[in-house]
Parts: sequence; structure tokens; C-alpha cells
Amino acid sequence: MSLKLRYFAWVRERIGKPEETIEIPPGIATVADLMTWLASRGEEYAHAFKNANVIRAAVDQKHVRANAAIKNAREIAFFPPMTGG
Amino acid sequence: MTSTVRLQREPFDAADEAAKLTRGRKDVGALVTFTGICRGVEDGEPIASLTLEHYPGMAESEIERHVAEARERWPLLGVTVLHRYGRILPGEDIVLVATASSHREAAFAAGEFLMDYLKTRAPFWKQVEKSGGKTWVDAKAADDAAAGRWIAPRHERETAE
Repeated sequence: MSLKLRYFAWVRERIGKPEETIEIPPGIATVADLMTWLASRGEEYAHAFKNANVIRAAVDQKHVRANAAIKNAREIAFFPPMTGG
Repeated sequence: MTSTVRLQREPFDAADEAAKLTRGRKDVGALVTFTGICRGVEDGEPIASLTLEHYPGMAESEIERHVAEARERWPLLGVTVLHRYGRILPGEDIVLVATASSHREAAFAAGEFLMDYLKTRAPFWKQVEKSGGKTWVDAKAADDAAAGRWIAPRHERETAE
């Protein structure tokens, strides 16, 4: 499945780009699975996802937990805990 | 009910925006205005600037979702939330939350609720610039605890999810 990924703050800095569209191989069911797979794609990804439990995710612009399914997602974003306000 | 949610790079006029919620009305008995301001000192060191990155689209929809929740929980007659992004200098306003109601309880509570959620769920990320360079600001546990005070009882949450 083809998926748009977006990265923010230091996740974006470590990976080296703000977004990309990639083909996700079958067998990746959840956001947690996706983070594990992304971490395996290269050093910069491994560095970004080193502490996976610190990373937050949004599927189609809604906050989700790591066990959320990615099945019909169009866009998934990864970012550190937010510091707005 | 007048509800305004706006993201912008440029500074805003807090007094002017808040006044819009009461202008010409006779039903508003309480107007609460909160302004978040960029400080000039962080951990004892002077700061040169704050830079706010945001997730366009999601930032607006998250804030709008919380404004809708505030309207369901309290009898509000008007809400305005303005949030800047980009480079902000010490002394400048970052965020405005203004709430209007007949009586003060709703205006105070809704204003605090919205700020606690802006601190934890609105997709913005701050970088602070000091003499040594720029570093990302860490989220605070105290902010999560503050937001946690507002979680609706279990049966309401299950319906919402």
C-alpha cells in the first residue's frame, strides 16, 4: 500500500526530510509495526525511532496509539510530544 | 455562537480580538482572555527567539475539535483561539484563548480547559534560540497532568471514541 508519511520537529531533522510517499510491504498492520519497519530502512530512521515510546503518531490527522491499525490510512505523521500553547 | 480558530504567522491584537466577542451583545456577562507570551529568559539564560513548527491542517482541526468539546461541556456564547507559528520574539504574544458566557464559571473553566489541551494535543513544536544555538523544547509532565484533569468520565469517553 502506498502511504504518505510526514515528520515533524526532531523526527524530521533526524530522518532528513519533512515527508515522503512510500510503498509499505504487506504484513505491517499497526503504527508500531510501521515504526519498527521504518527504523530498519537506514541509520537516520533508526536514530529517529530509537525511543519509539517517545514518538507520537497521527493517522489522517488524528492522534492514535501505537497499536492503531494503518489499513485504510492515507497519511501518517510521526512527531515528538507536542509543545504548543 | 461565535467561534473563531485561526493560525497565523503575524502578531495579533489580543484586546481587539477579545472585544469582538462582546461587541453589540447584551447577553455576555463574563469575558475571560488568556494570552500566552514569549518570555525572554529560559532556565536563567536569555533567549533570542522561539520558533514554532506546526502540522498544517491537523493543528486547526485539533483546536476546532477542542472548541467543539468546550461548547458541549459549558454554556459558552463565544470562543476565540488564535495561535501563531514561525519565529516569535521575547515579549510577543504566542497564543490567545478568549471565552465569553453569561456567568464567569463557564468562561474561566473553558479557557483553562482549552489552554491545557493546547499545551498537550495541538501539533506545534517549539525551538528555543539561545546564544549557543537552537534546541527543541521538551514537553512537560506537568502539562500532561493538567490536561488529564479534564478527561470526561469513562462512559462519556467511550461514546466519543
